[in-house]
Amino acid sequence: MSQVDTSLSLANPHPRNMSTSQKVFLALVGVAITMIFISLFGAAATREATFLWTILGLLTVGGVGYTWETYSHEAAGIKNNGVWFFSESNRGALGWIFGVALTAFYISLYWFPEWLGLNSEGPNTGLIAVFDPLSKMLSGNPASQWFVYGTFYTISILILGVKFIWKYRHSNYHKIRTLSIMFFQTAFAFLIPEFMARLNHQEAIQATGVSVPYYDLKNMWPLNYYNFDGYRIEAMTNDGLNSLTGNLGFIMLVVGISSIFIISPILTYFFGKRWYCSWVCGCGGLAETAGDPFRHLSDKSLKAWRIERWLIHGVLAFAVIMTVAVVFSYLNQHDDAGYWITKEIFTAMVSITLLGLTALLWLRPKLFSTISPNVKVIASIIMVAITGLTIQALFASNGKIFFMEDTYPLRKWYGFFIGAAFSGVVGVGFYPLMGSRVWCRFGCPMAAILGLQQRFFSRFRITTNGGQCISCGNCSTYCEMGIDVRAYAQRGQNIVRASCVGCGVCSAVCPRGVLSLENGPNTGNSRMDDVRY
Amino acid sequence: MHVVIIGNGIAGVSVARHVRKLDSDCDITMISAETDFHWSRTALMYIYMGHMTFENTQPYEKFFWAKNRIKLIRKYVTQVDPEKRTLTFSDGDALPYDKLVLATGSSPNKFGWPGQDLAGVQGMVSYNDLQSMEEYSRDLKHAVVVGGGLIGIEMAEMFHSRHIPVTFLVREESFWNRVMPPDESAMINREIRNTHGIDLRLGTELKEILPDENGRVRCIITNEGEEIPCQFVGLTAGVHPNIDLAAQAGIETHRGFLVDKYLETSVKDIFAVGDCAQLRHPASGRRPIEAVWYTGKHMGPVLAQTLVNGHTEYVQKTWFNSAKFINLEYQVYGDVASEIRDGERHLYWEHPHDHKSVRIVYNAATGIVTGFNLMGIRYRSDVCIKWIESQASIEEVLQNLGAANFDPEFFRSYERELVRLYNEQNNTDLKLKRKKGLRNAFAVLKS
Ligand SMILES: Cc1cc2nc3c(=O)[nH]c(=O)nc-3n(C[C@H](O)[C@H](O)[C@H](O)COP(=O)(O)OP(=O)(O)OC[C@H]3O[C@@H](n4cnc5c(N)ncnc54)[C@H](O)[C@@H]3O)c2cc1C
Ligand code: SF4
Ligand code: SF4
Repeated sequence: MSQVDTSLSLANPHPRNMSTSQKVFLALVGVAITMIFISLFGAAATREATFLWTILGLLTVGGVGYTWETYSHEAAGIKNNGVWFFSESNRGALGWIFGVALTAFYISLYWFPEWLGLNSEGPNTGLIAVFDPLSKMLSGNPASQWFVYGTFYTISILILGVKFIWKYRHSNYHKIRTLSIMFFQTAFAFLIPEFMARLNHQEAIQATGVSVPYYDLKNMWPLNYYNFDGYRIEAMTNDGLNSLTGNLGFIMLVVGISSIFIISPILTYFFGKRWYCSWVCGCGGLAETAGDPFRHLSDKSLKAWRIERWLIHGVLAFAVIMTVAVVFSYLNQHDDAGYWITKEIFTAMVSITLLGLTALLWLRPKLFSTISPNVKVIASIIMVAITGLTIQALFASNGKIFFMEDTYPLRKWYGFFIGAAFSGVVGVGFYPLMGSRVWCRFGCPMAAILGLQQRFFSRFRITTNGGQCISCGNCSTYCEMGIDVRAYAQRGQNIVRASCVGCGVCSAVCPRGVLSLENGPNTGNSRMDDVRY
Repeated sequence: MHVVIIGNGIAGVSVARHVRKLDSDCDITMISAETDFHWSRTALMYIYMGHMTFENTQPYEKFFWAKNRIKLIRKYVTQVDPEKRTLTFSDGDALPYDKLVLATGSSPNKFGWPGQDLAGVQGMVSYNDLQSMEEYSRDLKHAVVVGGGLIGIEMAEMFHSRHIPVTFLVREESFWNRVMPPDESAMINREIRNTHGIDLRLGTELKEILPDENGRVRCIITNEGEEIPCQFVGLTAGVHPNIDLAAQAGIETHRGFLVDKYLETSVKDIFAVGDCAQLRHPASGRRPIEAVWYTGKHMGPVLAQTLVNGHTEYVQKTWFNSAKFINLEYQVYGDVASEIRDGERHLYWEHPHDHKSVRIVYNAATGIVTGFNLMGIRYRSDVCIKWIESQASIEEVLQNLGAANFDPEFFRSYERELVRLYNEQNNTDLKLKRKKGLRNAFAVLKS
């Protein structure tokens, strides 16, 4: 057994006791991974459909079998024995190897798909060619790197979702929530887009989908920022709004934006942001399933919380600026298209929203009492500035918004830093090093919006059971969002943190039954009243 | 004013924090020989089991102490001189104080067993104990745990988590049956027996511990004469207060430092809190020493008031406690004895095949509810305590029972079963009026 680097590792702390059948199932997964590697070198045999089915079959049988063997012999309950002793889950050598491999995969996915076998001319080779048969079956098209990624992603959520359910089988909350994640990933993010592609015309896909990394139907603005990309490309190639796909693109845009303003606030009001972040979202889905063994690696320090708030709200501001710029300049160029939304209406919408929020911030001081005055000032300045500059653009003769000729660089940089580097490479590649929700916590602009809603306009909170807390720290340790749950629980205070995704794991691991995720009204009772952070 | 606190456990820390809240000027010094920073002793098992690191068990980040100007000293106090108002450390240094708070905690009991001081024989209370357990675990083939209390079962689970077979000697005929009613106690027995690798020996006592040639434990002999080979013996038969400092300082003691209702000892300006404090006048039905986490936590703010704003009485709050036996959670609110006392009735419901139960204790004549005992089901502290303190009747409680449910969402709830059981036993026709939910809980709390 490996010598482990923990504060107390005087001995071999935790023999793993792997059974023979566990080893056999792990070996099956190993074979599948080896086959994936072999395919990178492009032997013709790897392009047979049977090769792909063998890989997928081995992954499924191996993964589910291993899970079964691991948990079925133990009573239901918390399964964290040895978590900090194992090299893969304590930032040991295995953790680093795993992290580097994942990161490399993401880098090739985003920037060097040719390494995976995507060829600009001619048919796919390598790993991507392996997935051609499945892609053709679903959408009729050859696979892209995004299809390969989507398949791996979905399979991970499914297999590791089974693992999660089995691991937390004493909790109905976790069982139901995980089934929901598995369903939304498989149906909305994977199958339906592929079937839609099949129904649609080939060129339409080319037009709307070509540069769309991992097109996901359940994504709302600002997660689906790339809709603007596809839309723009389409608009340029297809002569504007009259074509079917053009309207479709635009409708999706409007639906995407309105869902963040209508559907989401309603659901978040009643249930907290968890309805999306840990029940529906794909990023959240992967974090909850594949990321579960790493959840304790999130940083719980006050410093990390401080960085988190600047970063995530910074990304949100970036997303707002980019969206306003892109939509405005599009409308500006298509001023005569006769569409119901004009740049005047758009400017009015932006102004009302941002100025309304600014006014709220200052007119309801009690509601926002936990925000520091400095932060209020900065937020107000940003919102007023965006409004002012949009109005300025409306009256400017040159149509420049934010003094930019072309909004393309803005989108490009957003796509590079936020869409790819942050959400993919850091967000998933760093699971074994920084925990499973790095992206959700520090970078996701959707989480930022939902978080603000959760903090100020929601009935959700985690209630603390009187004085029962023994300050043990399990809740804080296993909070993937790095929330120091204990800090509130030991004071008998209910917990409403903007970042809480309502995964429910703090409540599950608490050995004293102190925490419960609940939706309900506020009271006049001072201890029961929540302090909202 | 200089407040000096000996002990950085929950009791000492609670005093320090609340003194600072009330008085931003005074000097506060907190001394401990055990660790640099406060950690949660209650989480000791989770470090050994690999659920948490030692750092994870520290509730406050390092900057907290400097920010709140709580000076930390890691030294052992050997003497207190009340005349000169000075402490002496083992290294000879001295420290003056104006007010002294003893929060020295407790140590494992040893009952004079032959061989109790051998290598590989120890209790489990301090960080040091954890480290030596870790060291002895290195070549451990078999462990024995002696004493069927809350720490004993934690120790058994710890070894179990590392696949080290353990024999668990419990003197009583059923686990913790001096505290738990027979049904719940039997349920815990079953829970332990279901855990493969823990050999529970009820009604069995330790007679002696025998050494090998190196002075390390080789085996134990039970009162039945059985020899059990082992390389580690955990002594978990309760704890006693650390009162070594008393004698020389002239502080009156019995089992702990004796304190009045203001938590002051017999010596002026010396106070005691937490595990080491023994109340001269405990509330009726309550023990004078309650060596649990919550005692230190409740005493801290009260003593801080006394120190800063003048004498404030410490009143024992309605009793509650909780624990976890392997996978089985336990909560108690109010007064639940191990037997049905005169004038008392118990409504006890147990799940037919799962480890879940609810016991509600009430007065046979008046129907006033005095206690809740829960296994495998979580109840809401505020609601149960409100019912107990407002002397709610069993029928009122049952009809509103859903308001007390604190299990996670989507868990099956069993309030109806309790109401039905009561109706059967009493020929009544009560209906469950309030189901589980925050709104219902608030309604009860406001009423
Ligand atoms: C393994 C374990 C699990 C537990 N689980 C629970 C639980 O689940 N629920 C519950 O309610 N209770 C639990 N308890 C009991 C609870 O931890 C104690 O009641 C509580 O920690 C007592 O706190 P305290 O501050 O009074 O003393 P302690 O935490 O014992 O602190 C006393 C400190 O003073 C130091 N000290 C003593 N004398 C000197 C000296 N002369 N010089 C310098 N330093 C000195 C000691 O080294 C120690 O650091 C558990 C205890 C243990 C050991
Ligand atoms: S606070 Fe609890 S429910 Fe919220 S994210 Fe953290 S662990 Fe999950
Ligand atoms: S896990 Fe439970 S007992 Fe432990 S610190 Fe968190 S709330 Fe408190």
